Amino acid sequence: MIATLLVSVLIITAIAVLLALLMVIADATVGNYGTSKITINGDKVLEVQGGQPLLKALNGEGVFIPSACGGRGSCGLCKVKVVEGGGNYLPTELPWISAEEKAQQVRLSCQFKVKNDIAIQIPEELFSVKQFTTKVESLRNLTHDIKEVRLKLIEPATIEMKAGQFIQFQVPEYELTDEPVYRAYSMASVPSDVGHIELEIRLVPNGICTTYVHKHLKEGDTVIVNGPYGDFFLRNTERPIICIAGGSGMAPIKSILLDMADKGSARKARYFFGARSARDLFLLEEMQALESKMADFKFIPALSEPQPEDNWKGETGLITDVVRRMAEDAPEGEAYLCGSPGMIDACIKVLRELGMPEERIYYDKFS
Amino acid sequence: MSDIFFPLAVFFAAVFTNNILLTNYLGMCSFLSVSKELETSAGLGIAVTFVMAVTTALNWLVYEFVLVPFQLEYLRFIVFIIVIAAFVQLIEMIIERYSEGLYFALGIFLPLITVNCAILGASLFMVIREYTFMTSFFFGLGSGLGWFLAILAMAGIRQRLRTAKIPAGLEGPGISLVIAGFMAMAFMGFNGMITIS
Repeated sequence: MIATLLVSVLIITAIAVLLALLMVIADATVGNYGTSKITINGDKVLEVQGGQPLLKALNGEGVFIPSACGGRGSCGLCKVKVVEGGGNYLPTELPWISAEEKAQQVRLSCQFKVKNDIAIQIPEELFSVKQFTTKVESLRNLTHDIKEVRLKLIEPATIEMKAGQFIQFQVPEYELTDEPVYRAYSMASVPSDVGHIELEIRLVPNGICTTYVHKHLKEGDTVIVNGPYGDFFLRNTERPIICIAGGSGMAPIKSILLDMADKGSARKARYFFGARSARDLFLLEEMQALESKMADFKFIPALSEPQPEDNWKGETGLITDVVRRMAEDAPEGEAYLCGSPGMIDACIKVLRELGMPEERIYYDKFS
Repeated sequence: MSDIFFPLAVFFAAVFTNNILLTNYLGMCSFLSVSKELETSAGLGIAVTFVMAVTTALNWLVYEFVLVPFQLEYLRFIVFIIVIAAFVQLIEMIIERYSEGLYFALGIFLPLITVNCAILGASLFMVIREYTFMTSFFFGLGSGLGWFLAILAMAGIRQRLRTAKIPAGLEGPGISLVIAGFMAMAFMGFNGMITIS
C-alpha cells in the first residue's frame, strides 16, 4: 500500500519535473532572444532583454508609456512609433491601429515584442514621465464638493514638472471598478516644491476616481501616480496673461501663478475665477495674498448667482461677461483657460472678439 | 478488417461518423466562440488538428510506457493534461521564435487550445478503445480534421447568417446551437459507412 502510494507520487513528480525542466531549457534556449538595442528618437540607446513586450522593456528602463490596462492589450493607449525593425502587425494589435497609424508604423507597445534591434520614436516629454509611489499627506475640503489632496512623493522622491501639467492618478480595484484605472488631474502645487503633488478633485456622481478620492481615500494611504504630462503650461514670453478658470480648473492656474511668484516674474497677470455662489469659492485668501507677492497681479472672482446671505461685494455675472468687461489686455496678451468644455468654448469666443489671436489662447478642457 | 487498414478506417470514422464535435459534443466552447469568421476558424482548425494528432500520439507513449507498467492508469487525466499543456506551450515558443508567418496564423490560437476539451477527449478515447500507437495517431489526426471540418462549415454558415433574417429570440447563440444540431444530424447520414466503437 505504502509502496504503491510512494511509486505513484514519484512517477507524477518525475513527469512534472521532466516537463518543467523541458520548459526551463526551452525558456533559456528557444525563448532566449539575447539583448536587443532600442534606439529612441535617434539618439538615446537602451539595451534590454529581448523577447519581452516593448512596453515592459521601456518601463524597466524608466521610460514610462501611458497605459491604462497595464499591458493587457485592452485599452489601446500605449502606442509607440517603431520606425526600424518593427516587422508585421500582430492580430492582437490590429483592433487598435487605424489605417493612418499603420502607415506611420505606430504599434501597440504592450503587444509588440522586442526580438531584434529596433528604433522607436516617442514624444520627448515622455522621458521625464515616471511612475511615483506617494503617500497621502493631507486631505482638505475646499468646498462642499472639491477636495484638495496633498501627496508626498516616496519613490522617486522628487518630480520635475512645469506649472500647469497633469498626472495620472491610479485608482485601485474597489467597489466601482474591478481593475485599476487611471484618471488625469492637473497639479495645483508649485514646481519648486519637488517633493509634493497637490490635486484638486471635484466629486462627480458615480465617477470612479472622484468617488474613490472623496469616499475612500484616507491620510497615510499609498497612491500611485504617473506623469507629468501635457502642454498646458506658461509660455516663456513677456506678454500680459489672462487666466480664466472655474471649479477645480483652479488647480493648474494656481500652479502657474505660484510659479510666477516663485520666480519673481514681472509679467502682468489677471485671474478671473467663475463660480455660482459663495459656497463654490475657495482659496480666496491664498489668491489675494498673491496680489502683494507678484509684480502686477489681480484676482477677480465672480459669482453668477450670488445668494442674499453671501453678502457678495465682488463682480457678478457670467464669467464671460466679466472677462468682456475687464480684460483690457486681450489684444496683446495670452490666455490660459481651465474648466468645463462649455466654459472654455464661450471664453475663447469672447477673447477672440476682444482681439486675441487664437494661437495665443491655451486651454485645458475637462472631459 | 485487416490490421493494416484499421488505422485508416479509424481515421475516416473520426472525421465523419464519429466526429468528436458533432457526435460527442466536445470542444464546443471554441467551436461556438471562434466560428464567426472563416479565416480565423480555419487557423484554429489547423492548430487543433496539429495539436490533437501529436498529443494523442505523445499521450499514448506516456500511457503505455509509464502509466501502465506502474499501474497508474487512474492518473491518466492529470498526466494527459500536463503533457498537453507543456506541449502546447513549447510549440508556441518554438514557432514564435522560428516562424513569424506560422506564429501569426497559428500561434495566437495555441493558448486557446490548451483548454480545449476535445484534445483531452481524443487522448481519453484512445485509452478506452485500446488503440495501438499507429491507430491512436490516425485517430487524433482524424478527430482534429473532423473538428476542423465542423468549425469550417459552421463559420461558413454563420457568415451567411449575417445577412439572413433571424427571429429575434434566436439571434446569437440560439441559432448557432440549432445549426450545430442540424449539422450533427447531417453527419449521422455517414453512419453505416464505417463504424468504430
